[in-house]
Amino acid sequence: MNRRLKLFIPVVIFLLMSGFLLFGLTRDPNVVPSALVDRPLPIFTQPSLYPEQGEYSTEDFIGNILLINIWGSWCPPCHLEHPLFLELSESEQDITFVGISYEYSMEEDRLFLEERGNPFDYNVVDFDSSLRIDLGVTGAPETFLVDQNGMILHRHIGAIDSSIWNDTFVPLLEQIR
Amino acid sequence: MFFNKLFKKSFCLLFLLLTFPVLGAIEEYAFNTEQDEERFRKLTYEMRCPKCLNAPIADSDAPIAGDLRQEVFVQISDGRSNEEIKDFMSSRYGDFILYRPRLTPATFLLWFGPLLLLLAGLLIARRMMIKSQAEQGEIALSSEEQESLRQIFKDKQD
Repeated sequence: MNRRLKLFIPVVIFLLMSGFLLFGLTRDPNVVPSALVDRPLPIFTQPSLYPEQGEYSTEDFIGNILLINIWGSWCPPCHLEHPLFLELSESEQDITFVGISYEYSMEEDRLFLEERGNPFDYNVVDFDSSLRIDLGVTGAPETFLVDQNGMILHRHIGAIDSSIWNDTFVPLLEQIR
Repeated sequence: MFFNKLFKKSFCLLFLLLTFPVLGAIEEYAFNTEQDEERFRKLTYEMRCPKCLNAPIADSDAPIAGDLRQEVFVQISDGRSNEEIKDFMSSRYGDFILYRPRLTPATFLLWFGPLLLLLAGLLIARRMMIKSQAEQGEIALSSEEQESLRQIFKDKQD
């Protein structure tokens, strides 16, 4: 009897390995978990995209629901999501839209917003690249949802379309409104 | 003769072409000491680029990798320790960014799994050896038995 049971050891090992690999299939290796979700928005002070408006710091925004978008006029997916942000900035009046642009395209960024419309309530420039590192940004575009207490609820990598907005952001917004 | 030269030249050219990818994305940094430069090289090879996933930030062309290299350089120049720099990065990008995972309860199996497997293998090997020795023992005859066996054969021959 004992010997017969031993014959099943390879089968058990095979099943364990299959289970492990099956679990691996359900995970997307391209999704990088953000270390910042459920943590407060980092404290920063950075200049406005429009020099006459001076500087912005974290305290200027906190208190409202924030949608922070890291973008640049040089980035094609950012162009793709731009119309949606224009639409949302009209329809979602209680959300403060913050645009953070990479420092090396300030003039083009201003031109882009002038030509295609500015969805952002605040336009910040990540002048010394410290803000994008503090936010754990991997590239543009990325979008962060921040609640009224300044806690980061969600980070999305890549362009947002209306289905991503409805499936991911709307449920989170319902929880905090 | 002509072809020989041509061959040599094209061979050299081939090697020149092969060196191009190595140029990569390395900016010029002015380090205070050689140790700092060595630390920079080591750290940037031990951190995974968050954008391109399968390259260290030392080898990546992604803009964010350049920003992170700059950050590592600045922090080394400011006299921060390797641990402090790794803490800084992992608090922003998660343990994901560290190619050399830290020893935590979650990574215990990763670090010591191979050792455990080796131990298990040694144990199994030991048991098998003891068993086969025991089996051999059963078959092998004692000197008295050997003697009596020889006696039997002898008797038969006689």
